[in-house]
Amino acid sequence: MPREYLVATFVEPDALVNAVTMIRAHGFKIYDVYAPCPVHGLDEAMGLRRSRLPYVTLCAAAVGLVAAMSFQFYAAVFDWSLNVGGKPDNSTLAFVPITFEIAVLAGGLATAAAFLLRSGLCPGVTATLAAPRVTDDRFAIALRWRTNVFDTGEARRLLHDSGASEVRQIVCDL
Amino acid sequence: MRVYEPLTLADPARRFQLRRWIEGDPPLSQITDDVARPLNASPGKGWCACFAAALTALAVGIGCVWYQIATGIGVWGLNKTVGWGFDITNFVFWVGIGHAGTLISAILLLLRQQWRTSINRSAEAMTIFAVMCAGMFPLIHMGRPWLAFYVLPYPNSRGPLWVNFRSPLLWDVFALNTYLTISLVFWYVGMIPDFATLRDRASAGVKKSIYGILSLGWNGSHRTWSRYETLSMILAGLATPLVISVHSIVSMDFATSILPGWHTTLFPPYFVAGAVYSGFGMVMTLLILTRTLMHLERYITHRHLDAMAKVMLLTGSIVGLSYGTELYVAWLSGNPYEQAVFYGRATGPYAWCFWTMVACNALAPQVLWSRRVRSHISALFVLSILVNVGMWLERFVIIVTSLHRSYLPSSWVMYRPTMIEVGTLIGSFGLFFTCFLLFIRLLPMIAIWEVKTGASAEPHEVVRHA
Repeated sequence: MPREYLVATFVEPDALVNAVTMIRAHGFKIYDVYAPCPVHGLDEAMGLRRSRLPYVTLCAAAVGLVAAMSFQFYAAVFDWSLNVGGKPDNSTLAFVPITFEIAVLAGGLATAAAFLLRSGLCPGVTATLAAPRVTDDRFAIALRWRTNVFDTGEARRLLHDSGASEVRQIVCDL
Repeated sequence: MRVYEPLTLADPARRFQLRRWIEGDPPLSQITDDVARPLNASPGKGWCACFAAALTALAVGIGCVWYQIATGIGVWGLNKTVGWGFDITNFVFWVGIGHAGTLISAILLLLRQQWRTSINRSAEAMTIFAVMCAGMFPLIHMGRPWLAFYVLPYPNSRGPLWVNFRSPLLWDVFALNTYLTISLVFWYVGMIPDFATLRDRASAGVKKSIYGILSLGWNGSHRTWSRYETLSMILAGLATPLVISVHSIVSMDFATSILPGWHTTLFPPYFVAGAVYSGFGMVMTLLILTRTLMHLERYITHRHLDAMAKVMLLTGSIVGLSYGTELYVAWLSGNPYEQAVFYGRATGPYAWCFWTMVACNALAPQVLWSRRVRSHISALFVLSILVNVGMWLERFVIIVTSLHRSYLPSSWVMYRPTMIEVGTLIGSFGLFFTCFLLFIRLLPMIAIWEVKTGASAEPHEVVRHA
């Protein structure tokens, strides 16, 4: 659903980080920041929480691990045991390499999938850019426009003061 | 009192840290232009000549593979004593090549080595193409590759008769497939932001639509970037033990057998070091070629080549140490069969392979102690070729010299590859280089966003006296 945003464009990442800090200090909420590359220090400036992706990895890898080990045990011990060189049916140690591989595979694929889902990235999604060239050499801050709690004048002034090269009001679906 | 505080991009000192790996201090848009230029320009004569050569080699390979599948693998030089020859040598060689790509993309990311940023994309591509080439050999070795799905544990009408989970050959199936899949995911995820950059600079048309689909709607949101960095670290953390497991498992194809020359606990670390070594040799060959072909000297600098040369020196020395350890342990063990194999390697009919291997792998890299050699591009190129030759011979020596004279003297035979086997090896190089040359023409071969930030870099600490 299209909404109104106030978008400030920056040329330098350092000005961007300072602007984010200042805007938040004045009680404005940052909708998002757009950049052609990750800008370090911005996570703290925006107050972003640590990503929970590692939990997805842990759970998926644990499921992969248990599934692979139990399946090998089931197939080699219960379902059809093969006598190969007189080795015991339950050669648990020999099941470790495949268990490890499946755990890594499950962990990796699940994390990548969770990332794409959470970030709304999918083939066919059309990207809406907050400002031109934010995937090339420009940085942008977007503030959600809310009539009741938003003093546009002050926000504009703060953004200009912190070095924004351009401040625009746009209506789109970011 | 000393106060440590993280530097942000705002700090000029940090900028210097990030940029010193590329020449000059190009503005961000210049970096995009430089990397995207080869994707839009028409290919140069050098690229066309290389591509024609690669396609020819690939055609030779396709012809040979077709012939051997149609006729049966009796057309190879294998016999009942030497059951593994060129096929498995090539398999181990190509898997090993892939390892440098993962080392550069994953392990150096975890170690926060900034010099990887210009070269990681092409090294990852190399990993994928090398693993594809490697996978081809066990497939054609099966003789009836259309039955390759038998190696998967699927419910079948024969019992179900499951695969033998205790066999290292089956571990290989899982290790290779996992490795290929995770490498592909890592590679593709790494390219999403670059596809978005290319999408937004392309004028409307087919290219823009393709980049649009590939970029999955990426719009540069920092919330996504933040998650993206976590994802990169997780994938790197997974790929690191994975890559070590892959060549360890490959080495167990040999080490778990009781054949003298194979049955040794040294194999896993020895194989992993050798893999990284050969992989760096190949990365060096490819990057020296591509920086010239694609005019990317500014991004793939002498300093990158110097850093890679140092890794080659380290891993080459580990490989040399392993050769010495193997010989010493054979002597120390007092096992006459073990001793005979190692003595036979150095003095037997395949001694020329052994000594060429020692010269290429253990002795040649020692010249890299010299800074002059490390800064001499032609010398590095020649050395990288020697490393490739030496590491291929290493696998040949391990496989063939151990098999051709084992316990039973009445079974002792020689193995000579046929033209079909040689043609298949040439074909695998053709496949590899065809894929790689297409890659540098069609995809951003330098990670644009990583070069822009040195994103992998830890915020450096400065000491401020308060």
